[in-house]
Order: sequence, then structure tokens, then C-alpha cells
Amino acid sequence: MARRPPIRGSGTPVREIPHQEGVPHLHPGGSGEFLDRIDSGEELLEINMGPQHPSTHGVLRLVLSLDGERVVACRPDIGYLHTGFEKSFESHTYQQCIPLTDRMDYLAPPINNLGFALTVEKLLGIEIPPRGQYIRVIVAELSRIASHLVWLGTHAMDLGATTMFMYCWRERDRILDIMEWISGVRMMTSFIRVGGLLADVPAEFVPMVKAFTADFPSKVDEYEGLLTNNPIWRQRTVGLGKMDAAMALGFGCSGATLRGSGVPYDVRKANPYSSYDHFDFEVPVGVNGDVFDRYLVRVREMREACRIIDQAVAGLPGGPVNTSDRKVVLPPRAEIDNSMESLIHHFKISTEGFRPPPGACYSAVESARGELGFLLVSDGGNRPYRCKVRGPSFSNLSALSQMVKGELVADVVAVVGSIDIILGDVDR
Amino acid sequence: MSAAATSVLLAVVVAVVKGVLIIFVLMTAFAYLTLAERKVSARIQLRYGPNRVGPFGFLQPLADGVKLFTKEVTAPEGRDRFLYLLAPALAACAAMLAFSVIPINQTICIGGTHGAGPLSASCPGGYPLHWDLAHLNIGLLFILAITSLGVYSIFLGGWASNSKYPLLGALRSSAQLISYEMAVSFALLGPVLLAGSLNLETVVNQQHSLWFVFLQPMGFLLYFTGALAETNRLPFDLPEAEAELVAGYHTEYTGMHFGLFFMAEYINMVTVCSIATVMFLGGWMAPFFFLPTWLGPIWFVGKVVLLLLLMMWVRWTFPRLRYDRLMQFGWKVLLPLGLANLMLTSVFVALH
Repeated sequence: MARRPPIRGSGTPVREIPHQEGVPHLHPGGSGEFLDRIDSGEELLEINMGPQHPSTHGVLRLVLSLDGERVVACRPDIGYLHTGFEKSFESHTYQQCIPLTDRMDYLAPPINNLGFALTVEKLLGIEIPPRGQYIRVIVAELSRIASHLVWLGTHAMDLGATTMFMYCWRERDRILDIMEWISGVRMMTSFIRVGGLLADVPAEFVPMVKAFTADFPSKVDEYEGLLTNNPIWRQRTVGLGKMDAAMALGFGCSGATLRGSGVPYDVRKANPYSSYDHFDFEVPVGVNGDVFDRYLVRVREMREACRIIDQAVAGLPGGPVNTSDRKVVLPPRAEIDNSMESLIHHFKISTEGFRPPPGACYSAVESARGELGFLLVSDGGNRPYRCKVRGPSFSNLSALSQMVKGELVADVVAVVGSIDIILGDVDR
Repeated sequence: MSAAATSVLLAVVVAVVKGVLIIFVLMTAFAYLTLAERKVSARIQLRYGPNRVGPFGFLQPLADGVKLFTKEVTAPEGRDRFLYLLAPALAACAAMLAFSVIPINQTICIGGTHGAGPLSASCPGGYPLHWDLAHLNIGLLFILAITSLGVYSIFLGGWASNSKYPLLGALRSSAQLISYEMAVSFALLGPVLLAGSLNLETVVNQQHSLWFVFLQPMGFLLYFTGALAETNRLPFDLPEAEAELVAGYHTEYTGMHFGLFFMAEYINMVTVCSIATVMFLGGWMAPFFFLPTWLGPIWFVGKVVLLLLLMMWVRWTFPRLRYDRLMQFGWKVLLPLGLANLMLTSVFVALH
């Protein structure tokens, strides 16, 4: 019998917000202006950019209305990668949900694991030991770098700089090697689990990470040497896809898309989790809110992530990585031989999982794309009653149609690249 | 058989042999340029490139050709059937035709006395073996005319496909090629003024003491930039900007129809590099005085290959310009510079 939490209160009726004169309606078509142009009988060229298109980063479909090469309206059409993860969560035990989270934002899976694990831990009221937290930070920051590298490579490739793609892949591969070493999997690691980690890291982990961070800043210099001061790159990005802070906040943007517009909001600073407050790092912000600023912010973030990793590796504490709560995490193998209780715990966790107390909680992490939040409702059972994911890509994408209005077709590609969406994160 | 008939027959036979040779050489060059491009890009991008088919991937072009020829040809509904087929053929023809006036060595005099001076092209009494198919007095003009013809193939291809992305690509392309044609022509006029002839062999002969690239460095840079645009190479590959327009004007082409466009692009590369070699780099002249001069064709090919490598290097390094910036660059930078260069050269030539 599934237990459902009682529904309290009568709910708030959805009110029709009256349309005010002079205030543009923000609807998927861009603005009312677009409809006026259709009504006036002006002929526009409608083209489908995607879902099969080389640079819409997956299966995003953009319906563009063009006047010559100028974009009059852009309507993103999403749902081509809808996977029903949120619904699937309801039929999996909490620990089984971890592999599902891997596949949402598939460029930085550990951060998704982390977001989900932290939310469940909040429900459970547990905190994991410092070593586990530090390793979580290292893994999350490594995957942030990996994700930003994919972004940089594809963004540059969209603008014609094909070679950047392979350069970025070179460094990303080293990160994936590290991931493989610690979890056996290169991408969908499921390394961060509820109550801790898959396992403690092997001895080679620290030297591997150290070698990477020692090398990486010079590689970023290399990327910047190819792009930042390249006049063609600047022409293609400066002053393009502008978004001011108010607009970015209005659309609920987060991550580098928001920070590019000058809002220094970073969940790692605003609401530190997993001992991010132990580390000294900066939150780079842009000034103009254009494609170039978002580029600079992300490139800078890679350097900052590198600094965080350095600090975390240097101060990596000893001790266990998993919580000692035997109701959540499997007991060590040796303990099972000696303790009946451990055997029971092992059996219970393996067969049923654990049961957080009834309630709801929201917690967010700073993913490579922005604020990744999980809202979990527990009815006291071993599965989430409801899970709502706040995917940063979804909100960031919603600002796209405003950003590209009046730009050229070629710039749509640049702007789409600059908001760094992952369709798995948009559709979920 | 009268002497006149004999000479006509000889001319025809020689022309046919030369034509077949040019086609053969250009086709091979095309095939191996694709391989070279992939190998060079692979080296730049930390990859290996094709290395499975044959030793070092040398048979890769063959495999590619077989693939293109055996591919199913799918074509969009509602296309203009005639123009749709004409466009790729025109592209390939225009690309190859332009090569017919390019001399890859100086005229060799068979059975007669060579004209005055070792570099003269005249051959009284004997048979002058020209190393170009058509020894035109207006060779350069011919090249400019033929390369402009290439625009039609792109535009017709985009138009006849009855599809939106190709149409956008074709529109961009025609605007781009027409604007860059101007800059390129002005850049080429410098050497013409210096040499005092439109005949390409004469232009080369005039460079025997000093290559025109040293007298016309600006002209060379302008030409090379314009040539990148003319051949639709990065950073000017707007007509087929794959990230924006999928594949531009040839989006709707498959199989060997696409192959012909592809071929045209690479043969055009060879052509523009050959023109640059002839006009600026002294054609078949040995790069250093101590090197043997009778290896003319080798020096010529060497220079062309160097320029081709430069084009590849540029392609795999730079991002793509935006369409409107490209037009601005063409009209507001290249063209005025070309004009200024031309004026300076005219003054220089007039004073001499």
C-alpha cells in the first residue's frame, strides 16, 4: 500500500495576470511584437534549426523566423530528450536513483549525484565525514572542469575553431581517466552515493589529480591564447546575445549564464555545502552579459575549480568517507562476519534501502550549468514520493529567445553555445 | 597532307594529350589533397588521421571515391531537376577549366631556335611546346572569368535544391564571392602592371630577377586572403558554415553529386595556389640561384604545395567570421587596400 501524505489547505487558484499596456508579454514566441509582424502580412522565412542540426547541442529544436538573415523570433521547442527521470525516481529506492541522476546532466554526472545525495542526506539528517566531503568536492570540481571543457570545445567549434574541440578533449580525457580509476566508469560514475561515496579513493588518486592540476592552468592559457584575443573570436562574441542582470534574474538563469551578466550568485558561496566554505575561491562575474563575458566567466571558473581542487587535495583529511549510520550505508565486510546487527543492516539496505522520515526538502548545488536543485518529498517509505529537479539548463534556455532577437542566424549558434545547455538537463 | 593540316592535327593531338593530363593530374591532386587535409588536420588536432586503408592511409581517397560513387542518391522533392544536376557539373568544370592557362614550366622549343634570351617564349622555325593547355594572351582575364563562373554553380545548387538552408548558403555565397572577386582582381592587377602582360608565361618570365611577392607584398597578402574567401575556406567558409547552415548550398546533395562540389572546392584550392605561384612566387623559377633551373615543374609544384599547406593550417586554426563582418572586411578593408596598392604600383611603373 502506498502511503500518500495528506493534502492540506485548499490551494491557491491560478490567477490570470492581466496584460498591462506597454509591458511585453514574455511567451515562447519571443514577444507580442512577433505576432504583430505576422499579422501585418510581412513575409518571414521560417526555418527549423534542429532537432537534427550540428550545433544545437543535442536535440534542441529552434523555430526561427527570419527576415533575411536576421532573427525576428526564436521559439525553442524542447522535449526531444524527455526521459521521465522525475517519475522514474518514484519507483526506485533512494540509492537506486543515483544512476538516474547521472544521466540528467551527462557532462557532469558527479555533480548531479552530489545534489541528489545531499538532498537525501538532508532528509535523513546525516552529514558525512570530512574526508568524504573533500573527495566529493574534488570529484565535483573535476567534473565541472570536464563539463566546461566540452562546452569550450563545442562552443569554439560552432564558431568554426574546430581544433579547440580536440584540444579540450585531450584534457577532458585525463579527467575521465581519473574518474575511471576511482569508479570503474568514465562518464556515468555514480561515484557519489547517499551517505558517502562508492568507496574510498585508491592511492593513485591524489598523485593523478595533482599531476592534472599542475598541468591544467597552462592548458587554459593555451586555449585563451587561441581564442581570447583573437580578433575573429571577439567579433563573433563581444556585444552579442546581451542580457542584463534584471533580465537574467527574471528568467531564473543561474550559473555562468547569470554571472556573465554581473550577478555574483554561486550556490557554493551563497549556501555552502559539502564544506565548500573551507576553500578560498573567487566567483568571476561578467560586466556586459554578452557571449564573450560568459565565455570569460567559464574559462575563469576552470581556473578557480583548479584552485579548489588543489586546496582540497592539500588538506585532504584522513578517516572514513561514509557516514557511520548503518541504516544508510552498508557496513564494512569484516563487520558482517562478527556482528549479527551488521548482517541485518546489510540485508535490510540491500533489499529495501532506507526510509527517511516523512517530509519535504529542497537543496541545491552549483552544477556546471547553474543552480541544480532537488525537491524531494518523502512519505516515510523507501522511495521518493515525489522528486522535482530544478535543472539549470531549462531556465537558462528560456532566456534564449529574448537574447537572439534581432541577431543574425550565425549568432544564434554562438548564443546557444554560450548558455551551455544540456538537453538531458532541460528535458529530464 | 599539307603542312597546315599537319600543324592543325598536331595542335589538336597535343591539346587533347595536355587536357587529359591536366584532368588526370587534377583528379589525383584532389584525391590526395583530401587525404592531406585530413592528415594535416589530424596532426594539428592531436589525432592520427586516416591510417587504415593501405599503408599510411594512402588508399583512403580510393575508398572515399568508391563510397561516394556507390552511395544512394537522394534528392529533395520539388527540386529543379535540370539545374540540380547542372550545378555540381558546372562547379567541377569551372574549377578544372581555370587550370588550362596556367603554365607550369617555360615554353620548350623543339626543333627550332629559341627566341632571344633564355626566358623568351618565342620559337621561330620550331615547335614551341607550351606547358599550359591554352597559351592565351589574356590568360589572367580568362582565369578571372572562369572562376566567376563557379559562383553560378553554388547559387544554382542552392536554388535548385528547394530547401531553406541551401538557399541561405547560396545567397551568402553569391554575395561573398562577388565581393571578394573584386579584391582578388585588384590584387592580381599589380603583377600584371609590373609585367606589362596578361599572359601568365610572360608574367613569370618577368620575375626572373626578383619575384613579384617582394615588390607586391601587400598584393600577395590581399590575394591570398581573397583566395581563401574564393575557395570558401575557413575563416571565410560562410556559404557552407556547417555549424549554422548544416552544409550550406550542398546540404541536399548526396553521393557523387556532392563529390563533384567537393572536388571543385579542392581543385579550386589548387588553382588559386597555382595562380599565386605564377603571379607572385615566380612560377617555375628555382627558389635559390644555386638550384638547377631545369627542374621547373618541381619548383612549381613545391610552391603550390607550400601554399596549400598554409591554407590548411589557417583552416584548422581560426574561427569563422560572421557573414556581415565578412562583407565589411571585403568591401571596407580588402578593396580599399587593393585600390591603394594598385595606385602605388601604377605610379611606380609609370616612373620607371
